[in-house]
Amino acid sequence: MNPILLAILIVAGIGLLAGLLLAVLSKIMAVPVDEKAAEIEEILPGANCGACGFSGCAGYAAALSEGKTKETGLCAPGGNEVSAKVASLMGLAAGTVEPQAAVVHCAGCTEAASRKMIYEGVDSCRMASQLFGGDKSCTYGCVGLGDCVQVCPYDAISLCDGIAVVNTDLCRACKKCVAACPKHLISLMPKKHTQAAVMCRNHDKGALTRKACTIGCIGCTKCVRQCPVGAIGMDNNVAVVDPEKCTGCGACHAGCPTGAIRLVFEAEGPAKPALCEAAE
Amino acid sequence: MIKFYIALLVMGVLTQNFVLSRFLGICPFLGVSKKLNTAVGMSAAVIFVMLLATAATYPLNILLEKNGLGYLQTIVFILVIAALVQMVEIVLKKYVKSLYKALGIYLPLITTNCAVLGVVILNIDNISNYAAYSFGFGHAMMNSFAAGAGFMLAMVLFAGVRSRLETADVPKFLQGLPITLISASIVSMSFLGFGGLVEGLGLL
Repeated sequence: MNPILLAILIVAGIGLLAGLLLAVLSKIMAVPVDEKAAEIEEILPGANCGACGFSGCAGYAAALSEGKTKETGLCAPGGNEVSAKVASLMGLAAGTVEPQAAVVHCAGCTEAASRKMIYEGVDSCRMASQLFGGDKSCTYGCVGLGDCVQVCPYDAISLCDGIAVVNTDLCRACKKCVAACPKHLISLMPKKHTQAAVMCRNHDKGALTRKACTIGCIGCTKCVRQCPVGAIGMDNNVAVVDPEKCTGCGACHAGCPTGAIRLVFEAEGPAKPALCEAAE
Repeated sequence: MIKFYIALLVMGVLTQNFVLSRFLGICPFLGVSKKLNTAVGMSAAVIFVMLLATAATYPLNILLEKNGLGYLQTIVFILVIAALVQMVEIVLKKYVKSLYKALGIYLPLITTNCAVLGVVILNIDNISNYAAYSFGFGHAMMNSFAAGAGFMLAMVLFAGVRSRLETADVPKFLQGLPITLISASIVSMSFLGFGGLVEGLGLL
């Protein structure tokens, strides 16, 4: 046979064979793709933050479409809008998303918190906190090198005078900063109304706290006695506000001798990074 | 001849390492050697595909040679390898979901990997190169495995080097790819030290 023709025939034959085999295989071995999950994933914000408790947006979408969960309001970054869309797609009752925002529980700005050394290492809280717990005398406080600023996908966190401050209007409660903070200073708080928050996590005795920082919680328990609704308790020398009970009356804020208790989520305007007001 | 099998293994892994001596498969070598576990995953996938490709192309080559179409090697082999990898992907997706997820992007990446094409073509060359040892199908499979194992060794070694580079104080103009290429060349040079090992051990 003509060698050129033979070459064409062989290559074309092999190609055809491989193509047919692939076509047949892909039909026989087709894995059903969950279209509903794909649609839900389109709606979800795609931040893959894990705030819903599933492994990213794809995980949440799969769980919803398979009926593993009926909660449509688990997506904190998406808020009520996403919840309603997902609910209408799935025919479920729309869950309401409790608006939350992150709060950095430290007010130890440069003026208030004393320093035990000058840190000139890598610009990372995680690194700095491994070196004698950071450059501040207080080993519980904000290191102020902005690991949380780095991870925030919404640019809601900024550094203000040596401490991280969350702009609660931009915060979408994805919890990335909560995981990033090596001092575990950031927590989410319900954003319903003005709330009191203790801006200190220093578990040392009052005298020691006072030496390290002028606006630390010294554990005097004055706020516990003053709170009209009993929302404040003590945890290992630090006052802790229960956000469920707090009415935001401000009695604790007014009475705190060091100014460690602040009001957050004040009704009007973006939350001022008012943390350093005592020092100013 | 068990001795020849051992010789093939030593050659593939050390003296004629695919990445460091033959400079095949440099792209995945530089691309996925950042982390140890991805390096191992990629290498395992390469070993698997190399064996599969050899098993498929060795008989095919006999067909080509019989018809005097040896010059079609490259195009036919690429076609077959690409189709094979796609097929493996479909089968894995259906039956071994966990392995499919673990291999992830690496499987399609291997489709057009020059190391895989290289090993099947070198196997054909070896038939005449090692005619004295009657190089056959079993030898070809051993050679492919050795090539894959050599690829894995290079990947694992280099993943270690790169993890050290991460924390090293590299001058700014060398940061990133430049220092990676320089260290790759040094690792490659170090493999020159294995030269003559096979002959020295009396395996060939």
